[in-house]
Amino acid sequence: MLNEEIVIKTNKLTKTFGDFTAVNAISFEVKSGEIFGFLGANGAGKTTAMRILCGLLSPTSGEAMVAGYDVYKENELIKKHIGYMSQKFSLYENLTVRENIEFFGGIYGLSRKELKEKGNDLIGRLGMEKEANKLVGSLPLGWKQKISFSTAILHQPKIVFLDEPTGGVDPITRRQFWDMIYEATDAGITIFVTTHYMDEAEYCNRVSIMVDGSISALDTPHQLKEQFETDSMEGVFLKLARQAKRGE
Amino acid sequence: MSSVIIENITKTYEKGIVKALDNVSFEVKSGELFGLIGADGAGKTTLFRILTTLLIPDSGKATVAGFDVIKDLKQIRQIVGYMPGKFSLYQDLSIEENLNFFATVFGTTVEENFELIRDIYVQIEPFKKRLAGKLSGGMKQKLALCCALIHEPKVLFLDEPTTGVDPVSRKEFWEMLGRLKERGITIIVSTPYMDEAKLCDRIALIQNSKILDVDTLEGILTKNKQNLFAVSSDNMYQLLKDLRAYTDAVSCFAFGQHHHLQVKTPTSSDEKLRAYLAHRNHTNVSIETINPDIEDTFIKLMQDA
Repeated sequence: MLNEEIVIKTNKLTKTFGDFTAVNAISFEVKSGEIFGFLGANGAGKTTAMRILCGLLSPTSGEAMVAGYDVYKENELIKKHIGYMSQKFSLYENLTVRENIEFFGGIYGLSRKELKEKGNDLIGRLGMEKEANKLVGSLPLGWKQKISFSTAILHQPKIVFLDEPTGGVDPITRRQFWDMIYEATDAGITIFVTTHYMDEAEYCNRVSIMVDGSISALDTPHQLKEQFETDSMEGVFLKLARQAKRGE
Repeated sequence: MSSVIIENITKTYEKGIVKALDNVSFEVKSGELFGLIGADGAGKTTLFRILTTLLIPDSGKATVAGFDVIKDLKQIRQIVGYMPGKFSLYQDLSIEENLNFFATVFGTTVEENFELIRDIYVQIEPFKKRLAGKLSGGMKQKLALCCALIHEPKVLFLDEPTTGVDPVSRKEFWEMLGRLKERGITIIVSTPYMDEAKLCDRIALIQNSKILDVDTLEGILTKNKQNLFAVSSDNMYQLLKDLRAYTDAVSCFAFGQHHHLQVKTPTSSDEKLRAYLAHRNHTNVSIETINPDIEDTFIKLMQDA
Protein backbone atom coordinates (compact mmCIF):
# COMPACT_ATOMS: atom_id res chain seq x y z
CA MET A 1 0.00 0.00 0.00
CA LEU A 2 2.16 2.75 -1.31
CA ASN A 3 1.11 6.32 -0.79
CA GLU A 4 2.85 9.64 -0.98
CA GLU A 5 3.43 10.18 2.72
CA ILE A 6 7.17 10.39 3.44
CA VAL A 7 8.29 8.46 6.52
CA ILE A 8 12.05 8.91 6.18
CA LYS A 9 13.69 11.97 4.70
CA THR A 10 17.40 12.72 4.84
CA ASN A 11 19.24 15.71 3.43
CA LYS A 12 23.05 15.60 3.16
CA LEU A 13 23.15 13.43 6.27
CA THR A 14 26.78 13.06 7.36
CA LYS A 15 28.63 11.29 10.15
CA THR A 16 32.35 11.56 10.74
CA PHE A 17 34.50 9.75 13.27
CA GLY A 18 37.68 11.84 13.63
CA ASP A 19 38.96 12.30 10.08
CA PHE A 20 36.95 9.34 8.76
CA THR A 21 33.67 10.10 6.99
CA ALA A 22 31.52 7.03 7.58
CA VAL A 23 28.38 8.54 6.02
CA ASN A 24 28.94 11.20 3.40
CA ALA A 25 26.04 13.58 2.70
CA ILE A 26 23.36 11.06 1.86
CA SER A 27 19.95 12.34 0.72
CA PHE A 28 16.94 10.11 0.13
CA GLU A 29 13.27 9.64 0.92
CA VAL A 30 11.28 6.56 1.85
CA LYS A 31 7.54 6.54 1.22
CA SER A 32 4.95 5.10 3.54
CA GLY A 33 4.24 1.43 2.85
CA GLU A 34 7.38 1.00 0.78
CA ILE A 35 9.87 -1.89 1.04
CA PHE A 36 13.16 -0.02 0.88
CA GLY A 37 16.32 -2.09 0.42
CA PHE A 38 19.46 -0.55 1.92
CA LEU A 39 22.44 -2.30 0.34
CA GLY A 40 26.19 -1.87 0.40
CA ALA A 41 29.44 -3.71 0.94
CA ASN A 42 30.78 -4.32 4.46
CA GLY A 43 32.19 -1.04 5.67
CA ALA A 44 30.24 1.13 3.19
CA GLY A 45 28.48 2.97 6.04
CA LYS A 46 25.13 1.15 6.21
CA THR A 47 25.23 0.38 9.91
CA THR A 48 26.21 3.93 10.85
CA ALA A 49 23.40 5.38 8.73
CA MET A 50 20.93 2.93 10.18
CA ARG A 51 21.97 3.76 13.75
CA ILE A 52 21.33 7.44 13.07
CA LEU A 53 17.90 6.72 11.57
CA CYS A 54 16.99 4.60 14.60
CA GLY A 55 17.84 7.47 16.95
CA LEU A 56 20.87 5.70 18.42
CA LEU A 57 23.58 7.97 17.07
CA SER A 58 23.65 11.69 16.44
CA PRO A 59 24.78 12.83 12.98
CA THR A 60 27.65 15.29 12.46
CA SER A 61 25.75 17.40 9.95
CA GLY A 62 22.80 17.34 7.56
CA GLU A 63 19.17 16.62 8.32
CA ALA A 64 17.00 13.58 8.83
CA MET A 65 13.39 13.03 9.83
CA VAL A 66 12.09 9.57 10.74
CA ALA A 67 8.36 8.93 11.33
CA GLY A 68 7.95 12.70 11.56
CA TYR A 69 10.66 13.24 14.19
CA ASP A 70 14.02 14.95 14.01
CA VAL A 71 17.10 12.75 14.56
CA TYR A 72 18.92 15.47 16.56
CA LYS A 73 16.23 16.60 18.98
CA GLU A 74 13.61 13.89 19.02
CA ASN A 75 15.60 10.69 18.94
CA GLU A 76 13.75 9.30 21.97
CA LEU A 77 10.46 9.75 20.12
CA ILE A 78 11.93 8.03 17.06
CA LYS A 79 12.82 4.99 19.15
CA LYS A 80 9.20 4.76 20.33
CA HIS A 81 7.74 4.99 16.86
CA ILE A 82 9.90 2.50 14.99
CA GLY A 83 10.40 -1.24 15.17
CA TYR A 84 13.84 -2.90 14.95
CA MET A 85 14.97 -6.42 14.36
CA SER A 86 18.31 -7.98 13.54
CA GLN A 87 19.46 -11.54 13.00
CA LYS A 88 22.16 -11.18 15.63
CA PHE A 89 19.95 -10.13 18.52
CA SER A 90 16.23 -10.38 18.56
CA LEU A 91 14.76 -12.36 21.45
CA TYR A 92 15.75 -13.55 24.91
CA GLU A 93 16.38 -17.28 24.54
CA ASN A 94 15.79 -17.97 28.23
CA LEU A 95 12.37 -16.33 28.32
CA THR A 96 9.24 -18.03 26.98
CA VAL A 97 7.47 -16.87 23.83
CA ARG A 98 4.83 -15.08 25.93
CA GLU A 99 7.43 -13.48 28.22
CA ASN A 100 9.34 -12.13 25.22
CA ILE A 101 6.19 -10.64 23.74
CA GLU A 102 5.28 -9.03 27.07
CA PHE A 103 8.82 -7.77 27.63
CA PHE A 104 9.18 -6.08 24.25
CA GLY A 105 5.58 -4.84 24.24
CA GLY A 106 6.15 -3.40 27.72
CA ILE A 107 9.28 -1.59 26.60
CA TYR A 108 7.24 0.00 23.83
CA GLY A 109 4.77 1.26 26.41
CA LEU A 110 1.82 -1.06 25.87
CA SER A 111 -0.50 -1.27 28.89
CA ARG A 112 -1.05 -4.52 30.79
CA LYS A 113 -4.43 -4.90 29.13
CA GLU A 114 -3.03 -4.28 25.65
CA LEU A 115 -0.15 -6.67 26.30
CA LYS A 116 -2.54 -9.43 27.20
CA GLU A 117 -4.86 -8.80 24.26
CA LYS A 118 -2.16 -8.30 21.68
CA GLY A 119 -0.08 -11.14 23.08
CA ASN A 120 -2.98 -13.60 22.79
CA ASP A 121 -3.89 -12.28 19.38
CA LEU A 122 -0.32 -12.67 18.14
CA ILE A 123 0.12 -16.17 19.56
CA GLY A 124 -3.15 -17.15 17.89
CA ARG A 125 -2.15 -15.71 14.53
CA LEU A 126 1.23 -17.46 14.66
CA GLY A 127 -0.52 -20.70 15.62
CA MET A 128 1.77 -21.06 18.63
CA GLU A 129 -0.75 -21.71 21.41
CA LYS A 130 1.11 -24.90 22.37
CA GLU A 131 4.51 -23.20 22.36
CA ALA A 132 3.50 -19.98 24.15
CA ASN A 133 5.02 -21.11 27.43
CA LYS A 134 8.12 -22.76 25.98
CA LEU A 135 11.54 -21.14 26.13
CA VAL A 136 12.40 -19.36 22.90
CA GLY A 137 15.83 -21.06 22.91
CA SER A 138 14.16 -24.44 22.36
CA LEU A 139 12.31 -23.39 19.20
CA PRO A 140 13.48 -23.80 15.59
CA LEU A 141 15.11 -20.79 13.98
CA GLY A 142 12.22 -20.19 11.60
CA TRP A 143 9.77 -19.77 14.48
CA LYS A 144 12.13 -17.45 16.32
CA GLN A 145 12.29 -15.28 13.23
CA LYS A 146 8.52 -15.05 13.06
CA ILE A 147 8.13 -14.20 16.74
CA SER A 148 10.95 -11.73 16.51
CA PHE A 149 9.45 -9.88 13.57
CA SER A 150 5.99 -9.93 15.12
CA THR A 151 7.24 -8.43 18.40
CA ALA A 152 9.12 -5.75 16.47
CA ILE A 153 5.81 -4.55 15.00
CA LEU A 154 3.59 -5.27 18.04
CA HIS A 155 3.32 -1.56 18.88
CA GLN A 156 2.23 -0.82 15.28
CA PRO A 157 5.19 1.34 14.30
CA LYS A 158 5.08 3.33 11.08
CA ILE A 159 8.36 1.84 10.03
CA VAL A 160 10.40 -1.20 10.92
CA PHE A 161 14.17 -1.50 10.44
CA LEU A 162 15.40 -4.99 9.58
CA ASP A 163 19.16 -5.47 9.80
CA GLU A 164 20.10 -8.60 7.83
CA PRO A 165 17.02 -10.39 9.13
CA THR A 166 17.60 -13.53 7.06
CA GLY A 167 21.35 -14.10 7.50
CA GLY A 168 22.20 -17.79 7.92
CA VAL A 169 18.58 -18.91 7.57
CA ASP A 170 17.48 -21.92 5.48
CA PRO A 171 15.93 -21.25 2.05
CA ILE A 172 12.34 -22.02 3.05
CA THR A 173 12.41 -19.95 6.25
CA ARG A 174 14.04 -17.10 4.35
CA ARG A 175 11.10 -17.01 1.95
CA GLN A 176 8.50 -17.38 4.67
CA PHE A 177 10.09 -14.36 6.28
CA TRP A 178 9.51 -12.33 3.13
CA ASP A 179 5.89 -13.47 3.10
CA MET A 180 5.60 -11.79 6.51
CA ILE A 181 7.23 -8.63 5.20
CA TYR A 182 4.66 -8.45 2.39
CA GLU A 183 1.83 -8.93 4.87
CA ALA A 184 3.17 -6.12 7.02
CA THR A 185 3.34 -3.74 4.07
CA ASP A 186 -0.25 -4.69 3.22
CA ALA A 187 -1.09 -3.42 6.71
CA GLY A 188 0.64 -0.12 5.91
CA ILE A 189 3.99 -0.65 7.67
CA THR A 190 7.08 0.69 5.91
CA ILE A 191 10.05 -1.70 5.67
CA PHE A 192 13.68 -0.57 5.72
CA VAL A 193 15.83 -3.65 5.18
CA THR A 194 19.49 -4.59 4.72
CA THR A 195 20.53 -7.90 3.19
CA HIS A 196 23.46 -9.66 1.55
CA TYR A 197 21.11 -11.88 -0.47
CA MET A 198 20.77 -10.27 -3.88
CA ASP A 199 17.58 -12.18 -4.75
CA GLU A 200 15.98 -10.39 -1.80
CA ALA A 201 16.94 -7.04 -3.30
CA GLU A 202 14.52 -7.95 -6.11
CA TYR A 203 11.62 -8.02 -3.62
CA CYS A 204 12.12 -4.37 -2.64
CA ASN A 205 10.13 -1.53 -4.21
CA ARG A 206 13.30 0.54 -4.33
CA VAL A 207 16.91 -0.18 -3.52
CA SER A 208 19.78 2.10 -2.57
CA ILE A 209 23.39 0.99 -2.80
CA MET A 210 26.04 2.63 -0.63
CA VAL A 211 29.67 2.80 -1.71
CA ASP A 212 32.33 4.46 0.46
CA GLY A 213 29.80 6.37 2.58
CA SER A 214 27.74 7.74 -0.32
CA ILE A 215 24.61 6.49 -2.03
CA SER A 216 25.84 5.51 -5.49
CA ALA A 217 22.52 4.36 -6.90
CA LEU A 218 18.88 4.48 -5.88
CA ASP A 219 15.97 3.21 -7.94
CA THR A 220 13.61 0.30 -8.51
CA PRO A 221 15.38 -3.03 -9.13
CA HIS A 222 14.06 -2.93 -12.70
CA GLN A 223 15.52 0.52 -13.41
CA LEU A 224 18.83 -0.31 -11.73
CA LYS A 225 19.27 -3.38 -13.91
CA GLU A 226 18.59 -1.29 -17.03
CA GLN A 227 20.88 1.48 -15.89
CA PHE A 228 23.78 -0.88 -15.23
CA GLU A 229 23.00 -3.11 -18.21
CA THR A 230 22.84 -6.36 -16.30
CA ASP A 231 20.10 -8.92 -15.74
CA SER A 232 20.38 -9.33 -11.97
CA MET A 233 20.76 -7.24 -8.82
CA GLU A 234 23.92 -9.21 -8.10
CA GLY A 235 25.31 -7.79 -11.34
CA VAL A 236 24.35 -4.25 -10.28
CA PHE A 237 25.92 -4.75 -6.87
CA LEU A 238 29.17 -6.16 -8.23
CA LYS A 239 29.55 -3.31 -10.72
CA LEU A 240 29.02 -0.67 -8.04
CA ALA A 241 30.86 -2.20 -5.10
CA ARG A 242 33.95 -2.84 -7.24
CA GLN A 243 34.35 0.94 -7.49
CA ALA A 244 34.90 1.16 -3.72
CA LYS A 245 38.23 2.71 -2.82
CA ARG A 246 38.25 2.43 0.92
CA GLY A 247 38.64 -0.89 2.73
CA GLU A 248 36.49 -1.86 5.65
CA MET B 1 42.41 -41.48 -0.88
CA SER B 2 40.12 -40.14 1.80
CA SER B 3 41.36 -37.44 4.09
CA VAL B 4 38.33 -37.33 6.39
CA ILE B 5 36.06 -40.29 7.08
CA ILE B 6 32.88 -39.83 9.09
CA GLU B 7 30.86 -42.91 10.01
CA ASN B 8 27.50 -42.78 11.77
CA ILE B 9 28.34 -39.83 14.00
CA THR B 10 25.60 -38.85 16.44
CA LYS B 11 25.84 -36.05 18.96
CA THR B 12 23.20 -34.82 21.39
CA TYR B 13 23.17 -32.01 23.92
CA GLU B 14 21.31 -31.50 27.19
CA LYS B 15 21.13 -35.18 28.11
CA GLY B 16 19.90 -36.31 24.74
CA ILE B 17 17.07 -33.79 24.36
CA VAL B 18 18.69 -31.72 21.61
CA LYS B 19 19.98 -33.69 18.64
CA ALA B 20 22.82 -31.84 16.91
CA LEU B 21 23.99 -34.63 14.59
CA ASP B 22 21.92 -37.65 13.66
CA ASN B 23 23.85 -40.60 12.22
CA VAL B 24 26.03 -38.51 9.91
CA SER B 25 28.34 -40.29 7.44
CA PHE B 26 30.44 -39.06 4.53
CA GLU B 27 34.01 -38.89 3.29
CA VAL B 28 36.19 -36.06 2.06
CA LYS B 29 38.93 -36.94 -0.39
CA SER B 30 42.48 -35.74 -0.05
CA GLY B 31 43.02 -32.37 -1.74
CA GLU B 32 39.31 -31.72 -2.10
CA LEU B 33 37.57 -28.39 -1.57
CA PHE B 34 34.48 -29.68 0.21
CA GLY B 35 31.41 -27.63 1.18
CA LEU B 36 29.12 -28.37 4.10
CA ILE B 37 26.01 -26.40 3.25
CA GLY B 38 23.12 -25.68 5.58
CA ALA B 39 21.41 -23.08 7.75
CA ASP B 40 22.31 -21.92 11.25
CA GLY B 41 21.52 -24.65 13.74
CA ALA B 42 21.76 -27.48 11.19
CA GLY B 43 24.74 -29.09 12.98
CA LYS B 44 27.71 -27.78 10.99
CA THR B 45 29.67 -26.35 13.90
CA THR B 46 29.14 -29.46 16.03
CA LEU B 47 30.58 -31.62 13.25
CA PHE B 48 33.60 -29.31 12.87
CA ARG B 49 34.22 -29.38 16.61
CA ILE B 50 34.14 -33.19 16.60
CA LEU B 51 36.53 -33.42 13.64
CA THR B 52 38.95 -31.00 15.30
CA THR B 53 38.83 -33.05 18.55
CA LEU B 54 37.16 -30.31 20.57
CA LEU B 55 34.02 -32.33 21.20
CA ILE B 56 33.40 -36.06 21.66
CA PRO B 57 30.53 -37.68 19.73
CA ASP B 58 27.90 -39.80 21.51
CA SER B 59 28.47 -42.56 18.99
CA GLY B 60 30.07 -43.23 15.64
CA LYS B 61 33.61 -43.01 14.36
CA ALA B 62 35.64 -40.40 12.50
CA THR B 63 39.19 -40.12 11.27
CA VAL B 64 41.18 -37.17 9.95
CA ALA B 65 44.24 -38.04 7.84
CA GLY B 66 44.00 -41.55 9.24
CA PHE B 67 43.93 -40.45 12.90
CA ASP B 68 41.00 -41.24 15.16
CA VAL B 69 39.24 -38.12 16.52
CA ILE B 70 38.94 -39.60 20.00
CA LYS B 71 42.14 -41.62 20.48
CA ASP B 72 44.61 -39.59 18.41
CA LEU B 73 43.65 -36.07 19.39
CA LYS B 74 47.26 -34.92 19.83
CA GLN B 75 48.23 -35.95 16.31
CA ILE B 76 45.11 -34.41 14.81
CA ARG B 77 45.70 -31.08 16.51
CA GLN B 78 49.15 -30.92 14.89
CA ILE B 79 47.85 -31.35 11.37
CA VAL B 80 44.56 -29.48 11.18
CA GLY B 81 43.91 -25.78 10.81
CA TYR B 82 40.64 -24.52 12.26
CA MET B 83 38.98 -21.18 11.75
CA PRO B 84 35.91 -21.02 13.99
CA GLY B 85 32.82 -19.07 13.00
CA LYS B 86 33.30 -16.74 15.93
CA PHE B 87 36.51 -14.68 15.90
CA SER B 88 38.76 -16.46 18.38
CA LEU B 89 42.19 -14.83 18.17
CA TYR B 90 43.73 -12.75 20.94
CA GLN B 91 42.09 -9.34 20.70
CA ASP B 92 44.78 -7.69 22.81
CA LEU B 93 47.65 -8.95 20.65
CA SER B 94 48.59 -7.29 17.38
CA ILE B 95 48.36 -8.95 13.97
CA GLU B 96 52.06 -9.74 14.09
CA GLU B 97 51.92 -11.06 17.67
CA ASN B 98 48.97 -13.34 16.97
CA LEU B 99 50.68 -14.84 13.97
CA ASN B 100 53.96 -15.36 15.84
CA PHE B 101 52.09 -16.88 18.76
CA PHE B 102 50.34 -19.49 16.61
CA ALA B 103 53.55 -20.31 14.73
CA THR B 104 55.41 -20.83 18.03
CA VAL B 105 52.69 -23.00 19.54
CA PHE B 106 53.00 -25.31 16.54
CA GLY B 107 56.79 -25.34 16.79
CA THR B 108 57.42 -23.44 13.59
CA THR B 109 58.14 -19.88 12.47
CA VAL B 110 56.26 -17.40 10.35
CA GLU B 111 59.20 -17.35 7.92
CA GLU B 112 59.16 -21.11 7.38
CA ASN B 113 55.64 -21.20 5.92
CA PHE B 114 55.38 -17.64 4.73
CA GLU B 115 54.84 -18.73 1.11
CA LEU B 116 51.53 -20.28 2.10
CA ILE B 117 50.07 -17.12 3.58
CA ARG B 118 51.89 -14.52 1.48
CA ASP B 119 49.04 -13.36 -0.75
CA ILE B 120 46.62 -13.12 2.19
CA TYR B 121 49.10 -11.60 4.63
CA VAL B 122 50.24 -8.80 2.31
CA GLN B 123 46.70 -7.41 2.47
CA ILE B 124 46.88 -6.95 6.26
CA GLU B 125 50.62 -6.38 6.61
CA PRO B 126 50.33 -2.54 6.55
CA PHE B 127 48.42 -2.86 9.85
CA LYS B 128 50.64 -5.49 11.48
CA LYS B 129 51.12 -3.43 14.65
CA ARG B 130 47.37 -2.99 15.15
CA LEU B 131 45.58 -4.97 17.87
CA ALA B 132 43.40 -7.76 16.50
CA GLY B 133 40.42 -6.41 18.47
CA LYS B 134 40.64 -3.13 16.52
CA LEU B 135 40.48 -4.69 13.07
CA SER B 136 37.50 -4.58 10.69
CA GLY B 137 35.56 -7.78 10.00
CA GLY B 138 37.31 -8.48 6.73
CA MET B 139 40.78 -7.98 8.19
CA LYS B 140 39.99 -10.19 11.20
CA GLN B 141 38.92 -12.90 8.79
CA LYS B 142 42.17 -12.68 6.83
CA LEU B 143 44.25 -12.76 10.02
CA ALA B 144 42.29 -15.76 11.31
CA LEU B 145 42.94 -17.57 8.03
CA CYS B 146 46.68 -16.80 8.24
CA CYS B 147 46.82 -18.12 11.81
CA ALA B 148 44.98 -21.30 10.79
CA LEU B 149 47.51 -21.87 7.98
CA ILE B 150 50.80 -20.94 9.59
CA HIS B 151 51.72 -24.53 10.55
CA GLU B 152 50.92 -25.78 7.03
CA PRO B 153 47.98 -27.99 7.99
CA LYS B 154 47.00 -31.04 5.96
CA VAL B 155 43.31 -30.37 6.50
CA LEU B 156 41.79 -26.92 6.90
CA PHE B 157 38.38 -26.45 8.57
CA LEU B 158 36.64 -23.13 7.93
CA ASP B 159 33.38 -22.63 9.81
CA GLU B 160 31.12 -20.13 8.03
CA PRO B 161 33.93 -17.83 6.87
CA THR B 162 31.56 -15.85 4.62
CA THR B 163 28.51 -15.39 6.83
CA GLY B 164 27.43 -11.74 6.92
CA VAL B 165 30.01 -10.91 4.25
CA ASP B 166 28.94 -8.92 1.17
CA PRO B 167 28.93 -10.55 -2.30
CA VAL B 168 32.15 -8.87 -3.46
CA SER B 169 34.20 -9.90 -0.42
CA ARG B 170 32.71 -13.39 -0.56
CA LYS B 171 33.95 -13.75 -4.11
CA GLU B 172 37.46 -12.68 -3.11
CA PHE B 173 37.49 -15.10 -0.19
CA TRP B 174 36.61 -18.03 -2.45
CA GLU B 175 39.36 -17.04 -4.87
CA MET B 176 41.78 -17.28 -1.95
CA LEU B 177 40.48 -20.77 -1.14
CA GLY B 178 40.98 -21.81 -4.75
CA ARG B 179 44.66 -20.86 -4.52
CA LEU B 180 45.10 -22.79 -1.26
CA LYS B 181 43.54 -25.85 -2.82
CA GLU B 182 46.17 -25.74 -5.56
CA ARG B 183 48.78 -26.28 -2.85
CA GLY B 184 47.19 -29.61 -2.00
CA ILE B 185 45.51 -28.68 1.26
CA THR B 186 42.21 -30.46 1.92
CA ILE B 187 39.66 -27.77 2.72
CA ILE B 188 36.31 -28.29 4.39
CA VAL B 189 34.22 -25.15 4.50
CA SER B 190 30.74 -24.64 5.92
CA THR B 191 28.34 -22.03 4.62
CA PRO B 192 24.66 -21.06 4.69
CA TYR B 193 24.98 -19.56 1.18
CA MET B 194 23.65 -22.07 -1.35
CA ASP B 195 25.27 -20.27 -4.29
CA GLU B 196 28.73 -21.16 -2.92
CA ALA B 197 28.02 -24.82 -3.77
CA LYS B 198 29.25 -24.24 -7.33
CA LEU B 199 32.68 -23.28 -6.00
CA CYS B 200 33.21 -26.63 -4.24
CA ASP B 201 34.44 -29.93 -5.69
CA ARG B 202 31.75 -31.76 -3.76
CA ILE B 203 29.15 -30.74 -1.20
CA ALA B 204 27.14 -32.19 1.67
CA LEU B 205 23.74 -30.67 2.32
CA ILE B 206 22.84 -30.64 6.01
CA GLN B 207 19.51 -29.76 7.63
CA ASN B 208 18.14 -30.44 11.11
CA SER B 209 21.15 -32.58 12.16
CA LYS B 210 20.87 -34.87 9.12
CA ILE B 211 22.79 -35.07 5.85
CA LEU B 212 20.32 -34.69 2.98
CA ASP B 213 22.78 -35.63 0.24
CA VAL B 214 26.51 -35.77 -0.60
CA ASP B 215 27.75 -35.43 -4.15
CA THR B 216 29.08 -33.01 -6.74
CA LEU B 217 26.72 -30.11 -7.40
CA GLU B 218 25.91 -31.63 -10.80
CA GLY B 219 25.24 -35.01 -9.28
CA ILE B 220 22.82 -33.54 -6.76
CA LEU B 221 21.00 -31.51 -9.40
CA THR B 222 20.71 -34.49 -11.77
CA LYS B 223 19.35 -36.79 -9.06
CA ASN B 224 16.68 -34.33 -8.00
CA LYS B 225 14.89 -33.37 -11.17
CA GLN B 226 11.61 -31.52 -10.73
CA ASN B 227 9.00 -29.96 -12.99
CA LEU B 228 9.66 -26.28 -12.58
CA PHE B 229 8.31 -23.04 -14.06
CA ALA B 230 9.76 -19.58 -13.50
CA VAL B 231 6.79 -17.19 -13.50
CA SER B 232 6.46 -13.44 -13.20
CA SER B 233 3.70 -10.86 -13.65
CA ASP B 234 2.99 -7.23 -12.72
CA ASN B 235 1.71 -8.14 -9.26
CA MET B 236 4.27 -10.50 -7.76
CA TYR B 237 2.71 -10.78 -4.29
CA GLN B 238 -0.73 -11.70 -5.65
CA LEU B 239 0.98 -14.01 -8.14
CA LEU B 240 2.65 -15.94 -5.33
CA LYS B 241 -0.71 -16.54 -3.64
CA ASP B 242 -2.42 -17.51 -6.90
CA LEU B 243 0.35 -19.91 -7.93
CA ARG B 244 0.17 -21.65 -4.57
CA ALA B 245 -3.57 -22.14 -5.10
CA TYR B 246 -3.05 -23.60 -8.61
CA THR B 247 -4.39 -27.18 -8.79
CA ASP B 248 -1.22 -28.67 -10.29
CA ALA B 249 1.09 -26.88 -7.82
CA VAL B 250 3.38 -28.80 -5.47
CA SER B 251 4.98 -25.68 -4.02
CA CYS B 252 5.84 -22.15 -5.02
CA PHE B 253 8.58 -19.90 -3.69
CA ALA B 254 9.90 -16.46 -4.57
CA PHE B 255 13.26 -16.49 -6.39
CA GLY B 256 14.28 -12.89 -6.98
CA GLN B 257 12.50 -11.52 -10.02
CA HIS B 258 10.57 -14.77 -10.67
CA HIS B 259 8.57 -17.20 -8.62
CA HIS B 260 9.55 -20.85 -9.00
CA LEU B 261 6.49 -23.05 -9.29
CA GLN B 262 6.95 -26.78 -8.88
CA VAL B 263 4.13 -28.74 -10.58
CA LYS B 264 3.03 -32.38 -10.54
CA THR B 265 2.80 -32.90 -14.30
CA PRO B 266 5.61 -32.38 -16.84
CA THR B 267 6.20 -28.80 -17.95
CA SER B 268 6.00 -29.53 -21.69
CA SER B 269 3.08 -27.12 -22.04
CA ASP B 270 2.30 -23.97 -20.07
CA GLU B 271 -1.12 -23.36 -21.68
CA LYS B 272 -3.15 -24.45 -18.68
CA LEU B 273 -1.13 -22.26 -16.33
CA ARG B 274 -1.32 -19.33 -18.72
CA ALA B 275 -5.11 -19.62 -18.90
CA TYR B 276 -5.36 -19.85 -15.12
CA LEU B 277 -3.30 -16.69 -14.60
CA ALA B 278 -5.23 -14.80 -17.29
CA HIS B 279 -8.43 -15.80 -15.51
CA ARG B 280 -6.94 -14.36 -12.30
CA ASN B 281 -6.36 -11.06 -14.14
CA HIS B 282 -2.56 -11.15 -14.17
CA THR B 283 -0.91 -8.91 -16.72
CA ASN B 284 2.52 -9.09 -18.32
CA VAL B 285 2.75 -12.78 -17.49
CA SER B 286 6.03 -14.52 -18.29
CA ILE B 287 6.35 -18.29 -17.94
CA GLU B 288 9.52 -20.24 -18.59
CA THR B 289 10.45 -23.88 -18.08
CA ILE B 290 13.64 -24.08 -16.04
CA ASN B 291 16.05 -26.56 -14.51
CA PRO B 292 16.23 -26.48 -10.71
CA ASP B 293 19.28 -24.82 -9.17
CA ILE B 294 20.83 -25.77 -5.85
CA GLU B 295 18.38 -23.68 -3.83
CA ASP B 296 15.34 -25.26 -5.54
CA THR B 297 16.90 -28.64 -4.85
CA PHE B 298 17.66 -27.87 -1.20
CA ILE B 299 14.04 -26.77 -0.72
CA LYS B 300 12.79 -29.98 -2.34
CA LEU B 301 15.07 -32.14 -0.18
CA MET B 302 13.91 -30.25 2.94
CA GLN B 303 10.29 -30.92 2.02
CA ASP B 304 10.98 -34.59 1.26
CA ALA B 305 12.81 -35.10 4.56
